[in-house]
Amino acid sequence: MSGLFGSGTLALTEAAVKPWIDTGYLAAAVCFILAMRLMNSPVTARRGNWLSMAGMAIALGVTFLAPGFDRQDYALILGVVAVGSVLGAWSGRRVQMTAMPQMVAILNGLGGGAVALVALVEFLHRWRTGIVALDIQTVATVLSTIIGSISFSGSMIAFAKLQELLPGRPLAFKGQQVFNLCVAVVIIAVGGGLLFFDPGSLPGFMVLLSASLVLGITGVLPIGGADMPVVISLLNSFTGTAAGLAGFVLMNTALLIGGGLVGASGLILTLLMCAAMNRSLANVLFGAVGAAVAGGGKSALAGKQAKSYSPEDAAILMSNADRVVIVPGYGMAVAQAQHQVKELADRLAARGIDVKYAIHPVAGRMPGHMNVLLAEADVPYDQLYELEQVNPLMPETDVALVIGANDVVNPAARYDKASPIFGMPILDVDKCRTVLVSKRSMAAGFAGVENELFLADNTYMVFGNAKTTVSKISQALESY
Amino acid sequence: MGLSLIAVITIFILAVFVGLEVISKVPQTLHTPLMSATNAIHGVILVGGILVLAGAESPATTVLGVAAVLFGTLNVVGGYVVTDRMLEMFKVRKRGGDK
Repeated sequence: MSGLFGSGTLALTEAAVKPWIDTGYLAAAVCFILAMRLMNSPVTARRGNWLSMAGMAIALGVTFLAPGFDRQDYALILGVVAVGSVLGAWSGRRVQMTAMPQMVAILNGLGGGAVALVALVEFLHRWRTGIVALDIQTVATVLSTIIGSISFSGSMIAFAKLQELLPGRPLAFKGQQVFNLCVAVVIIAVGGGLLFFDPGSLPGFMVLLSASLVLGITGVLPIGGADMPVVISLLNSFTGTAAGLAGFVLMNTALLIGGGLVGASGLILTLLMCAAMNRSLANVLFGAVGAAVAGGGKSALAGKQAKSYSPEDAAILMSNADRVVIVPGYGMAVAQAQHQVKELADRLAARGIDVKYAIHPVAGRMPGHMNVLLAEADVPYDQLYELEQVNPLMPETDVALVIGANDVVNPAARYDKASPIFGMPILDVDKCRTVLVSKRSMAAGFAGVENELFLADNTYMVFGNAKTTVSKISQALESY
Repeated sequence: MGLSLIAVITIFILAVFVGLEVISKVPQTLHTPLMSATNAIHGVILVGGILVLAGAESPATTVLGVAAVLFGTLNVVGGYVVTDRMLEMFKVRKRGGDK
């Protein structure tokens, strides 16, 4: 045991209370598992989350039964929990739907930080009392410190990139991978040294902690903004694993099960996201996509000019269409244009035009991000089509309206081996009769790649903010 | 405290396998909410934070423990609030379970 709760004197209470605590943790674990099951369907997902909350409440509640708490402890802990709850609830309520990815990043980072802090306090405790030996607790302390710290600093960088406090493009310096490798070697060497030679070395532990924080930063910096969802998901898995390892440190079943569940499921989710982009996890982490801006395809486009349409032109074109596909992207999300888009779609539908939304697996900044935004605007599920469903329909589609999407409709992904997005499945909007692209400017997408679609013969650009553009098209449509 | 090393390892490994199994069937629509939901669940580290803060015996470890509890609480509460907000939007409609 960690020795946290003293020994001997409290043995009686401990024995009396332990079964209740363990039963509470078991109930919490069952809630977490059932909650994840309920998450399999949009119909039951919300109930699942409530069940998960209930499980968490039980786990936290029974923890207070643990022996070793005195009145001051209760006051301090409840005080901090109250402050954290108010802050957490307030920011969680306030955050915009579009900013969800960075919100999840920051919350995940805080979780990772909490794990590292717990491990640090445990280490300091053992260091003071001198009970340090090579046992499972020491191994778990070292591992949860490393993983928790990487998750903390890495998530903060991911947050900064998504919030655009840092540029979204990959930030790489010369020899970065070598540097990262060196840091990793330092972590392994110091970690090994701590375990096998001097388990009680405070300086060693501090080096380990700092090196892990550095690796989180320099590991995430060279990854492009478009890949941040994968990174956040991976770091989510890291935090889960670290929390599970902290369960070994404290011999606590709630941490073991909750952490283990999230560590494993987070990894599966990460791999699913990579699969959606047709990339390997290694390629996402070490590929530095977009570092070299637009290598291939540029020469073929030289000299071509994009054609532009006014919103009124776009409205006329769409009013004459039979089938329209709307492709929402991150541009729609940042402009908060989902309600205008829904209004436009309704007006088209009212004219008997068939409207479908084509949702790319990685549209937006997170898988499912577009679904969340469109659901917010009350777009019915049955109008949302996934890539495999909608691509065969493209050749029969009269107008594709691309709103703030770029990389997910870039034809270069199909053939240009030099392109960083080569191999990613794309929405085949170029096969539609006409393509309308609502975009602020000709700037490259999140992956930093030029898009030949914008210069194609059947493409017309409608420049401007997505919200303004879409509502102008919508208004113009009313007058025809 | 009663748990043998092998029992602890067993619990952890079984939890990992349940985690692998329970997630593989989730439709893509729910990936973001699911990430957020699991993010809230690893906030269970708050349990660890509470335990170390209660056991803190020096000003330094108290400060670190307070930070751990604060971070953990933010992770839990913020995580559940944002997940619920996302899922609130998935109201039951005609095509229901979009598998």
